[in-house]
Amino acid sequence: MAAMTDVNVAPSDRQTRARQLHWALVGALLLACGASLQVGATDVTLTSLIAKLVQGQALSQMERVVLFDIRLPRLAMGVFVGAALAVSGAAMQGLFRNPLADPGIVGVGAGAGLGAILAIVLGTLLPAWVIDMTGNQLTPFAAFLGGWGSTILLYRVSTRHGRTSVATMLLAGIALGALAGALSGILVYIADDRQLRDLTFWGLGSLAGASWGKVLAAGPMIALAIGTALMLGRGLNGLALGEATAAHIGIDVQRMKSIAILSVAGATGAAVAVSGGIGFIGIVVPHLLRLASGPDHRTLLLNSALLGATLLILADVIARVVIAPAELPIGIVTAVLGAPIFLWILLKRRGLVE
Amino acid sequence: MTSRRTPKPATMGLMTAMFGAFVALTVSAQQSADIQNPHADVLSIGGSVTEIVVALGQQHRLKARDTTSTYPPDVTNLPDVGYMRALSPEGVLSVGPSLILSEEGAGPPEALDVIRAANVNFVEVPDAFTTEGILQKIEIVGDALGVPERADGLAAEIETAMATALADTDRPDSEKKRVLFVLSTQGGRINASGSGTAADALIRMAGGVNAVTEFEGYKQITDEAVGLAAPDVILTMDRGGDHGASDDELFAMPAIKLTPAAQTRSSIRMDGLLMLGFGPRTAEVIRSLNAALYGDGA
Repeated sequence: MAAMTDVNVAPSDRQTRARQLHWALVGALLLACGASLQVGATDVTLTSLIAKLVQGQALSQMERVVLFDIRLPRLAMGVFVGAALAVSGAAMQGLFRNPLADPGIVGVGAGAGLGAILAIVLGTLLPAWVIDMTGNQLTPFAAFLGGWGSTILLYRVSTRHGRTSVATMLLAGIALGALAGALSGILVYIADDRQLRDLTFWGLGSLAGASWGKVLAAGPMIALAIGTALMLGRGLNGLALGEATAAHIGIDVQRMKSIAILSVAGATGAAVAVSGGIGFIGIVVPHLLRLASGPDHRTLLLNSALLGATLLILADVIARVVIAPAELPIGIVTAVLGAPIFLWILLKRRGLVE
Repeated sequence: MTSRRTPKPATMGLMTAMFGAFVALTVSAQQSADIQNPHADVLSIGGSVTEIVVALGQQHRLKARDTTSTYPPDVTNLPDVGYMRALSPEGVLSVGPSLILSEEGAGPPEALDVIRAANVNFVEVPDAFTTEGILQKIEIVGDALGVPERADGLAAEIETAMATALADTDRPDSEKKRVLFVLSTQGGRINASGSGTAADALIRMAGGVNAVTEFEGYKQITDEAVGLAAPDVILTMDRGGDHGASDDELFAMPAIKLTPAAQTRSSIRMDGLLMLGFGPRTAEVIRSLNAALYGDGA
């Protein structure tokens, strides 16, 4: 909390540092993208692709499929999902003025989970034309509707006379999360063992199902939501001083809350829909950046997008390379990497480690 | 506020370390994935399908397998592409298959779409817990591998073996023992097989009665329902080693304590793939389960 009150300290070298950090993050993202295209279970590499292009040779079908149908859509999805999770985490932490807030607080995760479980367990009961229409995308679509729907419901519950109570939202979020969890539990009970295994893998998260179709479905939604969230920097800085103060310095607090919640719901809803449950990016990334460059949301939000995308891509590379030709669910990798980092941040803040 | 700037090198150091670790992992994983066998290009997914490939004498054509393919033990030396319902498209392509033989239910569907797009032939083999189901699997695998005569021969052999086993193990309803198949006893809760499962089919074929038929599939059942089911024997999967619950623990469970099975301390443990993968060894397992239920002389 202490870090978040430090808004007005802006010596000129801080701006230089912020700029340096920003470009370092851009560089790291580009490197991560290169690594993601370079390595994988097959020995197809980005460098060999470039060498062939320079020499004017044609690519083999294997190389084309691996690079353009597997790794590129996967990379694009990783960038979108990682950025969405990290920006949403930063926005929620600013909005709730609580460093532990994450999109899960507004019920996106529980709602999306319920949607996915509904699709996996009861999807087979739908008329054939519905299944045909959605192709393989019934589960992601239902997850998105579930995440988005539960967030809107929560928002309506906690808004009275045009004012949203953040405290009510927190409490109602816990209640709705528990309700969604209970409904999911009922569905788990009627699921057969095959569906249960699908549920487990969905819950662990993965970018393995990446396709251009999913990128096109989720990408624009995520880009729009992130773009909107990036404009909240000044407002969230003001809000760090308290709602009354923020209103006094000319910030439309209610409008900002609405925008923040809608963009978080859009970004995380779409991200969870295409990738399942991926933890820790939303909570760790903003913390790392606050340690490195302070709590100014004008830079924090954009940098979160960059670092979130970078870390998720690297986690994905690890997920698909460590036990190749099999692969780990990425949620496991982010948790294994994220939890120790988070602990380290906590210890650091309390001065227990240097 | 200067205190906040000091950790920056540490942050960067941490990231560098993470990146270094990831490069090291990447390099080591790529080295270990290269197992070459130039004449083989079949990827087999699903324990029973793999067994059929081997039974058809085509093991030399296998290039890789999935996690569920563990028999015969040799196949475990092949690269493992992961669990059949969570395949990675690039992982599958990296083993260079031209034909994928898969038990029903492999996925995710997006991965299969990409694999098909890479000109890999994908054959799905339906799973059914009957003699006809096994014969159909053999026929499909034989056709896909281009050895239909061998498949006909194997199918004829297995049809006879199954018919004999079923005739030998059948007995009057009044003598049939009630069998409870317990999938797991996690946290003291019993997950048992209802109807419509491989376990249910096997119990019936081996001359027993499934003690619970009120529901379909594998479900957790209440202690009282176990009492009502009154099994004479508890059947569980042998997970190798002593990882499963011992008889003492099993029969001390409140749900099981009062059943006839606990009073006579009757439990049977068998390999999971052997019991539940309906394949070439099913006639054999029907006989051994029958022998375990009724004693060799019965």
